[in-house]
Amino acid sequence: MCLAIPGRVDEIITEGDLRVGKVNFGGVVKRVCLDYVPEVEVGDYTIVHVGFAISKIDQESAEQTLADFRAMGVLDEELASEDEAFARAADKPQSPCPDGSCDPQ
Amino acid sequence: MKYLTEFRNGEVAQRMAREIHQLTTRPWKIMEVCGGQTHSIIKNGIDQMLPACIEMVHGPGCPVCVTPLELIDKALAIAAQPGVIFCSFGDMLRVPGTNGDLFQVKGRGGDVRVVYSPLDAVDLAAKNPDRQVVFFGVGFETTAPANAMSVHLAKRRGLRNFSLLVSHVLVPPAIEAIMSSQGNQVQAFLAAGHVCSVMGYWEYPPLAEKFKIPIVVTGFEPLDLLDGIRRAVRQLEEGRHEVENAYPRVVTFEGNRAAQSLLAEVFEVTDRAWRGIGVIPKSGWRLSEAYRDFDAEERFQISGIRTAESPLCHSGDVLRGAIKPAQCPAFGKQCTPRHPLGATMVSSEGACAAYYNYGRFLSAEELASAGSATSGEVHA
Ligand code: SF4
Repeated sequence: MCLAIPGRVDEIITEGDLRVGKVNFGGVVKRVCLDYVPEVEVGDYTIVHVGFAISKIDQESAEQTLADFRAMGVLDEELASEDEAFARAADKPQSPCPDGSCDPQ
Repeated sequence: MKYLTEFRNGEVAQRMAREIHQLTTRPWKIMEVCGGQTHSIIKNGIDQMLPACIEMVHGPGCPVCVTPLELIDKALAIAAQPGVIFCSFGDMLRVPGTNGDLFQVKGRGGDVRVVYSPLDAVDLAAKNPDRQVVFFGVGFETTAPANAMSVHLAKRRGLRNFSLLVSHVLVPPAIEAIMSSQGNQVQAFLAAGHVCSVMGYWEYPPLAEKFKIPIVVTGFEPLDLLDGIRRAVRQLEEGRHEVENAYPRVVTFEGNRAAQSLLAEVFEVTDRAWRGIGVIPKSGWRLSEAYRDFDAEERFQISGIRTAESPLCHSGDVLRGAIKPAQCPAFGKQCTPRHPLGATMVSSEGACAAYYNYGRFLSAEELASAGSATSGEVHA
């Protein structure tokens, strides 16, 4: 969850008091707050973490990083929808203490 | 895995690994602080490309792993209350509390939602004025600007039904605590690139000076990690201890000023308990006086929490870098990602899960010799 991923700003709109960009991560488009990067404009690449752009990056580095992250399989996890996140968690059944040794009672 | 072979055989990767081998004359222990980097090192087998005497120690840098059990239990209690919409990042769903996890709370009828961004939680609060919306704000400095903005917006928009359950931890005090701990063997640090993209690296020179350690700001891709390790080894071999930026395409010395100024307004420094490690002085953030009304711990007075960690779990030793996951007696036996006993097994960025998922069942000695076998290949 500490990963920040690069994307291209396709469009900038104002949502009430926020500067919001439609940011394209190699095909997946997300709504991203641009308030921390006032210098970023349409067509620029920016590093995004949990819906917030935190720094600018050049196009070449951005595209290389996107390709690397996709190949490493971390892109899907970062951009997962709510349903996908629950599906992933459902796939990981657990009991916090299978041997009962940490049961407070 | 195709990517792995390509990376391992890649000209640049080979050249960097060769350079590290040529530089190395003595054993060194280097800690990567960030869980994302641990994941990348193990997944790409970077530790196995290094000389056998270079040991990568996996630090406490997974916010999911170090969130204290008491706070997880509070989250579970709040999420189970009627009228609450409890929002979290997906990573937190399966973190074991004393009795169950958020996923189970949802199964029992709790309204638990996964959001991509804290902004989504603020939107939910605006759309559901008759419900209390709580966001579980965990993370390092990378995530803090997002969480700070969510509270700031809620205040500006007058949303009285939004609150933040805060568990923010900071990297520099953790480095300080590790270096000051008894029996510490870490000799150099790779600082987490994305933390530094927000905070810059002006906090690190005093640490490098005080403990005489090289600190290299490093990215997450395999080549970035090799480069960071190479720079750390070179400094160690030359007896230098400087702060170096090996990630200049994203990180500047000052960091993101706009983010830092909102962080200073919304948060204040506080002592924080790190799961498995204990309390580290001034190692986290809580909401400042002006935003205290938005603190979920104040809004929902949850009392009577009794926590119990599994006595089998050694995640504290893993997080401090004292043992490797495979040295924990429960590793791969009573404790697996399907039945995690500790948080370092539940998060994909936790060291135990990274070792398990990539088949690292070897002892430290076996790992070391596996490392030298691989290094032979690199030389060839
Ligand atoms: S393997 Fe499991 S029990 Fe052992 S330290 Fe890791 S999380 Fe704890």
